[in-house]
Amino acid sequence: MTPIAPSLIAPVMTDAAFALTLALLLLAPLAIAGVALINTGLGRSRSAAQALLGNLAIVAVTAIVFALVGATLTGNLPGTPGGAGHIFHLAGKPWNWLGAGPFLLGGLAAAPPQSQLALLFEFLAVALAAVIPWGSGADRLRLTAGCAAAAVLAATVFPLLAHWVWAGGWLAQLGVNFSLGAGFLDPGGAATVHVLGGLSALAVIWIAGPRKGKFPKEGFATALPGHNAVYILFGCMLALVGWLAWNVAGAVIWLHAPLAALPATALNTLLSASGALAATFAVTRIRFGKPDASLCANGWLAGLVASSACAALVTPGQALAVGFIAGIVTPLLVELFELAASIDDPSGAITVHAAGGLLGLLAAGLFAPQPGQLVAQLVGSATLLGLVLPLVYLLFWLLNRVVPFRVDPDGERIGMDLHELGGGAYPEFVIHRDESYR
Amino acid sequence: MKYAGLLVMPAGFFLSIAALVLFPAPAPRAAFVVCGLAVEVLGLTVAVRGHVEARGESRP
Repeated sequence: MTPIAPSLIAPVMTDAAFALTLALLLLAPLAIAGVALINTGLGRSRSAAQALLGNLAIVAVTAIVFALVGATLTGNLPGTPGGAGHIFHLAGKPWNWLGAGPFLLGGLAAAPPQSQLALLFEFLAVALAAVIPWGSGADRLRLTAGCAAAAVLAATVFPLLAHWVWAGGWLAQLGVNFSLGAGFLDPGGAATVHVLGGLSALAVIWIAGPRKGKFPKEGFATALPGHNAVYILFGCMLALVGWLAWNVAGAVIWLHAPLAALPATALNTLLSASGALAATFAVTRIRFGKPDASLCANGWLAGLVASSACAALVTPGQALAVGFIAGIVTPLLVELFELAASIDDPSGAITVHAAGGLLGLLAAGLFAPQPGQLVAQLVGSATLLGLVLPLVYLLFWLLNRVVPFRVDPDGERIGMDLHELGGGAYPEFVIHRDESYR
Repeated sequence: MKYAGLLVMPAGFFLSIAALVLFPAPAPRAAFVVCGLAVEVLGLTVAVRGHVEARGESRP
């Protein structure tokens, strides 16, 4: 099995490829469902209904906002295939920085099949990207604030990034303009979805602050374990199905991969996740004496995230190695962020999505045969860290002035379910008293 | 201190972009892109340290 060689010229899509990709994209929302279940399970029982409703509301908000604003700015809409947009010239090179698609999905029905599938892929991608920071704000982020943050992502940052990477923007053109391989490659959304989501999670955590009682005045951080390991682990199984669909569909849409190359992409996705789980299992077994279920789930997910960037571009052995590295790094980074950086990230999104995504992007460059691909991937990573994170932080900081992110202390004490929804997720269960509020 | 770190990060990004424009040769271009990334990591480290210090002062 050989990696897919990225093609700059999009061939005409056959009916079989169209039907297969459409079917895969109908399965891709299982990745969102998996992440939502994992986020809910990693939070507390008294916020479970709010957490799951929040995921659903965020998917709805992003769909509406992306249809109204985001799709136009992304510029991958019908009538503007591959590259139409706002361009300025610098040092004799064109820099395509913003899309210019038709308003409100105009001309969708008459669009080429490839454009329609690309649009559907972007709708799902923006939903997943916005769901990621919601999990990191668990137990203190207000529902309204979560939806507002999702709307900001869907209207501004995601369309910019999606245009740069997927719609003929300047990152995609690095190969043509600067001879850097095939340009920045991200067929499964590691950058546009996962690194964006992970960095947004960091911004949310910095602005909302930690959960009450997480970091006491003296001593180590308090462990606030997830309330339902079954949700977390079942979420991982659902996520696998979604990711397989996502990566294979991405290879067809963005790399124009032939059908014969797709089983390898699916296999690499599975191998990356498997390698990551095995590594996290071993690391936590050595570190704590027993394997840790929630960290193993994080490792599995980090392997899937890393595969988003490179599953279509590497060999099975390389995919296994990438997953293995992701699995080793994940539990160590989760611990480092919590203990050394005072970052209260209940879902581990910064490690899983931001670090896992960056690892996958670098692996795609490292293992690519074409010269300059690693530099293209480094430039893309530099854009994410150096431009996207400060931009998202600024936007969320301004948003927090209008729609406060953090719930009031009383709401945090009684739980987000009772405070925001008026009822709990498990009404017949006895809610345990929280020792941190004594 | 957190804001200072966040302001340093775009400087690293522009360094990476400048490398593309200024250096046609692959080796110096790659070196400067890596330097840009290093500046961003430095900025992120400063921002994280700023966050840790701010949290230490406001702990209950």
